[in-house]
Amino acid sequence: MAEEFFIQGNEACAKGAIAAGCRFFAGYPITPSTEIAETLAKDLPKVGGSFVQMEDEIASMGAIIGASWGGTKAMTATSGPGLSLMQENIGYAFMTETPLVIVDVQRGSPSTAQPTMGAQGDMMQARWGSHGDYEPIALSPSSVEEFFYFTIKAFNLAEEYRVPVFLMTDETMGHMREKMHIDESKINIVPRKRPELTDDYLPYKYVEDGTTPMPAFGDGFNIHVTGLTHDERGYPDTNDPDAHDRLVQRLCNKVLNNRDKISSVFSQFCDDADTIIISYGSPTRAVIEAVLKIRKEGKKVGYIKIDTPWPFPEKQILELTEGAKHVIVVEMNLGQMYYEVDRLLKLQTRVHFMGKIGGLLPTPDEIISGIKRAEGE
Amino acid sequence: MRTEIRICGFGGQGIILAGIILGKAASLFDGNEAVQTQSYGPEARGGASKCEVVIDNKLIEYPKVQSLDVLVAMSNEALIKYIVDLKDNGTLIVDPGTTDVEDVRDFIEEHNIEVYEAPATKTAMEDIGLKIVANIVMVGVITKITKIISKEAVIKAVEDSVPKGTEKKNIQALEAGFDLVE
Repeated sequence: MAEEFFIQGNEACAKGAIAAGCRFFAGYPITPSTEIAETLAKDLPKVGGSFVQMEDEIASMGAIIGASWGGTKAMTATSGPGLSLMQENIGYAFMTETPLVIVDVQRGSPSTAQPTMGAQGDMMQARWGSHGDYEPIALSPSSVEEFFYFTIKAFNLAEEYRVPVFLMTDETMGHMREKMHIDESKINIVPRKRPELTDDYLPYKYVEDGTTPMPAFGDGFNIHVTGLTHDERGYPDTNDPDAHDRLVQRLCNKVLNNRDKISSVFSQFCDDADTIIISYGSPTRAVIEAVLKIRKEGKKVGYIKIDTPWPFPEKQILELTEGAKHVIVVEMNLGQMYYEVDRLLKLQTRVHFMGKIGGLLPTPDEIISGIKRAEGE
Repeated sequence: MRTEIRICGFGGQGIILAGIILGKAASLFDGNEAVQTQSYGPEARGGASKCEVVIDNKLIEYPKVQSLDVLVAMSNEALIKYIVDLKDNGTLIVDPGTTDVEDVRDFIEEHNIEVYEAPATKTAMEDIGLKIVANIVMVGVITKITKIISKEAVIKAVEDSVPKGTEKKNIQALEAGFDLVE
């Protein structure tokens, strides 16, 4: 069955969460993410789910971690100031391999800065915000319809790899309304892998693909969940260097070893392109318009839209930019994913940065000027 | 063809709802494409409010205004601030009860702007008895002047967007808007 809506990105995200099987939301409202909480507060109880408005963001993370261990798919939504407060428990979720989804509708930053304006200043916070080594997964939609499908994908990846997954979007995408076409036959749900109750059951047993099946509280398993370095039984083992190395390597490798499977990009006109623009999220809308316009002038320009900033799609970007003389990274910050692209490509291509802050999308004309400037250098 | 509309005024005038209705009418009920974006301050009411709708018969990439075709101003502050984005030969729709076009006369003449004065607030108060439906009156005016969306689609979009139980008053307001301009 197919259905059409004219709705906001934030509303599409809430609908996507419910379609993905999310039945628990805990959060602390913050502009420009509030419509996600508002929609789920109305809609979750209708499908037997629960919505809790918490006292703050760190408690919100705590609540969704608990819900996930209770066997429920769980989510929170926030913006930069809230994401900062969540960091301690985000690290705990990585260490305890708790599947959940965190939506960050980015706004002008640092601090509380610009509540009602768009930005992409939290990209590195999603990557490195909590202390230590870990490998996050992050998705960035660039249309309302993508916001719906990417929310479902975020839940699926969280379950498949037992990790927190970030949806890194921004005010423009959160508040923008456009036509969304939902085809239920395109929705695929990944259920949680559940263990079997056996005498020799080990909750953190090393398995080939790195992701151990997860029991729920009340299932009858005796397990210990801790942020301390733990052995395969889940017991703290904090002084054994090998135990720590084995655990943290496994946590990172379960994502890194599947990087090419998890990460995805969309590209157009890259085959013959002298210049390739790389972007993610809402600025992509300006990039595509600029590329379509400048190609009419006969210039060979292509674009890559990164759908999964983390893990960074290295293989796809290397392959697509092989023949390009210039690569331009467009983002709404003063340089974050640019450094990732430059690290990857600097030996083969000139990588230019085009950043914009202040809250407004870059315009197609600004991007065209940027292309001409880069090519002239 | 791409058409860009900006509606602006104060928070609380229903500026954003007016844009949603236009976008919904174009995309869901006329079968075209539409993108609606908004900008507003942190205040709930009284701050500046701006809503943009881009309508096209093909997929819309860039969602914001690049070359403004139609400016609808429901406050004088917004009129003065945003008139400069209007393209040559563009369309200006104002509520004379809340704006003064004389303040932007130079721009209008220099850029050959087509001006429509539609007393939406006065009509809402006197004909419908509800000041808060001025935005819906304005939606009727925009529909009639621009012809970008069909009357049938906008009627469906109003019914689909306003609170339950208020449909009748809102449709009256919409029709009053249709009748307000030639």
